Amino acid sequence: MFDAIIITIATAATPILIAAIGELVVERSGVLNLGVEGMMIMGAVTGFGVALTTGSPWLGFLAAAVVGALFSLLFGFLTLTLVTNQVATGLALTLLGLGVSGMIGEAFIGQPGVKMGNISIPLLSDLPFVGKLLFGQDPIFYLSILLTLAVAWFLFRTRAGLTLRSVGDNHASAHALGIDVIGIRYMAVTFGGACAGVAGGYLSLVYTPQWIENMTAGRGWIALALVVFASWRPWRVLAGAYLFGAVSIGQLHAQALGVGVPSQLLSALPYLATVVVLVLISRNRRLTMINTPASLGRAFVPDR
Amino acid sequence: MKKTLLSLVTATAALALATVAAEAKLKACFIYVGPIGDFGWSYQHHQGALEMQKNLGGEEQVELAYLESVAEGADAERALERFARSGCNIIFTTSFGYMDATNAVAGKFPDVKFEHATGYKRDHPNVSTYNSKFHEGRYVQGIIAAKMSKAGVAGYIASFPIPEVVMGINAFVLGAQTVNPDFKVKVVWANTWFDPGKEADAAKALIDQGVDIITQHTDSTAPMQVAAERGIKAFGQASDMIAFGKETQLTAVVDNWGPYYTERVKAVMDGTWSQVDVWGGMKEGHVVMAPFTNMPDDVKAAAEAAVEKIKGGFEPFTGPITKQDGTEWLKDGERAENGVLLGLNFYVKGVDDKLPQ
Repeated sequence: MFDAIIITIATAATPILIAAIGELVVERSGVLNLGVEGMMIMGAVTGFGVALTTGSPWLGFLAAAVVGALFSLLFGFLTLTLVTNQVATGLALTLLGLGVSGMIGEAFIGQPGVKMGNISIPLLSDLPFVGKLLFGQDPIFYLSILLTLAVAWFLFRTRAGLTLRSVGDNHASAHALGIDVIGIRYMAVTFGGACAGVAGGYLSLVYTPQWIENMTAGRGWIALALVVFASWRPWRVLAGAYLFGAVSIGQLHAQALGVGVPSQLLSALPYLATVVVLVLISRNRRLTMINTPASLGRAFVPDR
Repeated sequence: MKKTLLSLVTATAALALATVAAEAKLKACFIYVGPIGDFGWSYQHHQGALEMQKNLGGEEQVELAYLESVAEGADAERALERFARSGCNIIFTTSFGYMDATNAVAGKFPDVKFEHATGYKRDHPNVSTYNSKFHEGRYVQGIIAAKMSKAGVAGYIASFPIPEVVMGINAFVLGAQTVNPDFKVKVVWANTWFDPGKEADAAKALIDQGVDIITQHTDSTAPMQVAAERGIKAFGQASDMIAFGKETQLTAVVDNWGPYYTERVKAVMDGTWSQVDVWGGMKEGHVVMAPFTNMPDDVKAAAEAAVEKIKGGFEPFTGPITKQDGTEWLKDGERAENGVLLGLNFYVKGVDDKLPQ
């Protein structure tokens, strides 16, 4: 039972983790894209549709990433080239995504989807407790861990990562140094969109292989909160996603066991936990200031 | 004199309008709380609307208009007014939360008929209410569950602790206890009508704790898929979900609104519409069971017998019934009153859960 619970937690945490890691890169470059939910749902519907027609979940994930990226490019064009308000544009992107996905997905309603299978390594995946978790999961789970590793390494161990962070911290200085602020932000936004697309695809291809309107059910917003929660640090995003997953699954088990706590309170626990950790983190203002991208959400217009 | 002339003009105008209305085809309008693509509650209402249109002569005879995902409250009132002005002859408001908006707008448009699902307020003569006895279907499910389960425990994924849902859980347990008096039900409250991921997680948690039958009162097909993956049986919700569990679904309680919608719209056409308060069940064809699949013949026979019994007028909430705390609720042969059922806020014996208040 223990390993079954762990795997359930991993499945719940993975989509949030992938979307949040993507958004972290976007925000580190100084752009606030509130359209995560919209990009996710677009990824979910495309991934489902492509996998259903081709029979290949891998192609589904690829299409989800491409559509997520294209959708975020729309956001990029509006906010970076036309310098619209990022908050309003991001919200509009979410609403647009929910609407458009519902329209595209009409034909897919009531059809069982294609599920991406789990990897199974002989012997290793039969190990007690950790075997199935470490060696018998779906491929995207491993991808999410690798992605966290890669982003952490890229942001804090490479020159390109330093450049990206400098753009997010002070776009005027970065521009004065000859860095292409807009170009870098475009790349970050596209990466974030692709990640959100894959996260959405995870919902419709692994988590619950079906298409239903609005199936992201607010996970994009949780991913956004998680980035702040993690104070823009990749490994903390991972910890946060798994904490959130653990509390969500744990409360369901507590209910099934018949613990005498009101279910409404239990249902609110994941969110309460997020709030409590946020409060604890923001108590140390100096640490928060160090990690927050100083140019976050501010529009950049090169003056010369 | 002036006054008479004025009233004459008004009368002529009204007559002219009436003639136009008689010539024009009938317009039936629907307001849904969710997207019609939810494959659950709103989807089934929309299917009923389409069936009604087909039954009554297609697009030539009946014009269909609908609004999806209309928020309950002030938004609904605006949407209803717009519908009423746009020439709808009859408007169906298909969620409990539209109750006050429906009655408010009905007062302003006495010539438009209003039909409100699952509510109880009929402030004006042009407002009817209708609902279905879903608990009859859940009683049958309980019988099947108790016959199929080896563990003697079923998992129940519930949405919100409202009377409708509590009634379903109780009916399920009562049905199961006719087969196995010790049958238990574990309840998990998802506190949402619709979140596929969360519903799937709830199903996994229940299965990990040893239940071998899953039933749900939330709207997505996710629990069915989880049950299929884990190789146990499950019941569909609101619509026939057999496509998501060919070897998993035992049956499903299907909301069948088509007959009622056909009857009511036809009444408007014929000019015989009058206010009603309908709570139809299997007998009226409002609640239909999806085909009994993936079960041995004797279980199927028992289920069919239960359906026949209910169609013959049997009410699952007939005594002797004991409350969860051990006190007596209904004496032998005593039937629960509709009013009590529609406000049900306690469990019967055998539910392994504390009802959230």
